[in-house]
Amino acid sequence: MREMIKMVIVVTVLASFSGGLLASVRNGTKERIEVAQLTFVKGPAIQKIMEGSSNDPIEDRFSLTINDTEMDFFVGKFDGKPKTVAFEGFGRGYGGDMGVMVGIDIEKETVHGVAVTTHAETPGLGSLAADDPGFVSQFKGKPLDKSVKLTQDGGLINALGGATVTSRAVCNAAEQIVRLYEENKEQISEKTKSF
Amino acid sequence: MAKTLTQEFVKGLWEEVPPFRLVLGLCPVLAVTTTVENGIGMGIATTFVLVCANTLVSLLRNIIPSRVRIACFILIIATFVTLVELLMQAFAYPLFLALGIFIPLIVVNCVVLGRSEAFASKNRPINAIADGLGIGIGFTLSLGALGAVREVLGNGTFLGMEVFGPSFVPFTFMIEAPGAFVGLGLMLCIMNFIGKK
Repeated sequence: MREMIKMVIVVTVLASFSGGLLASVRNGTKERIEVAQLTFVKGPAIQKIMEGSSNDPIEDRFSLTINDTEMDFFVGKFDGKPKTVAFEGFGRGYGGDMGVMVGIDIEKETVHGVAVTTHAETPGLGSLAADDPGFVSQFKGKPLDKSVKLTQDGGLINALGGATVTSRAVCNAAEQIVRLYEENKEQISEKTKSF
Repeated sequence: MAKTLTQEFVKGLWEEVPPFRLVLGLCPVLAVTTTVENGIGMGIATTFVLVCANTLVSLLRNIIPSRVRIACFILIIATFVTLVELLMQAFAYPLFLALGIFIPLIVVNCVVLGRSEAFASKNRPINAIADGLGIGIGFTLSLGALGAVREVLGNGTFLGMEVFGPSFVPFTFMIEAPGAFVGLGLMLCIMNFIGKK
């Protein structure tokens, strides 16, 4: 019986001690981990979109709750003014969901740039959406209406050869972002201008 | 107390080097050694866990009841592994992405549990540290060596630098899974050959 009690006590004390230690380390590293994830997962896409901005868009970010989901928004300053806001949408690609970061110029109300963050598309075909700047650069400067669609769907974007599903996924994600932006324009632009 | 501290440390480097001599802990050895960097990163993470777990197990060796010792060892190891995982995410995120699931899997690496059970629970903390450090460094060097063989042959690079110049056609078989077995087998063979003399 005594041994039994000792076993229970030792394991309990050990477990609660390690639980406490891990909780405090987790709290201490939480912020750094968040920044690291943004820098290495979404960072490259954000840098591509915000090329030439005078600030660090990963530093200047805010979050809003839209349709019950919390979303991160990244602000890019050009000529000293916070003019561009980028956030991420998802489209169904050939190899699963694709994450697509879309930057929107809130002054001119145009698409500022598009970049793929995460994907599992076929290397050499669908993966060109992420690797070939020619495809995503088509979005640059397009107005926020039906034009961010493939040409065969009535838009202005030429699909990648051999990767229509991927191209459509990128367009769907971009459309979704544009729609979200239109629906929450006031909130988003107000927050953006506060930087 | 037959062995000195130095002996405890050195045995991990050659005599009992985990993957080649004990042939233990092969899962990460085969899985992450596609490049030198990944191999060494994994080795350092394992070394950290080994040293910390050995120290703690050795300190608590008279308190832990023998019937629940495995549970306690796993608890201690899991704590340090989670610690490594969090720290790696915070300070070396690209490495964390490359090693992926194999970091949490250090918990079930039999080298770590093996040292706790076979050595740390029976020896003084200072010896346990020497043992953990030796085995850990041996493990790191083995992973680094296997990583080097695979990266140089399979990708034509060493730590990301070109080795052979542009005319080299990479032998990609080496960085795929079967290449790991072949590489490990060849290294075991070399180790045994040298050891026999």
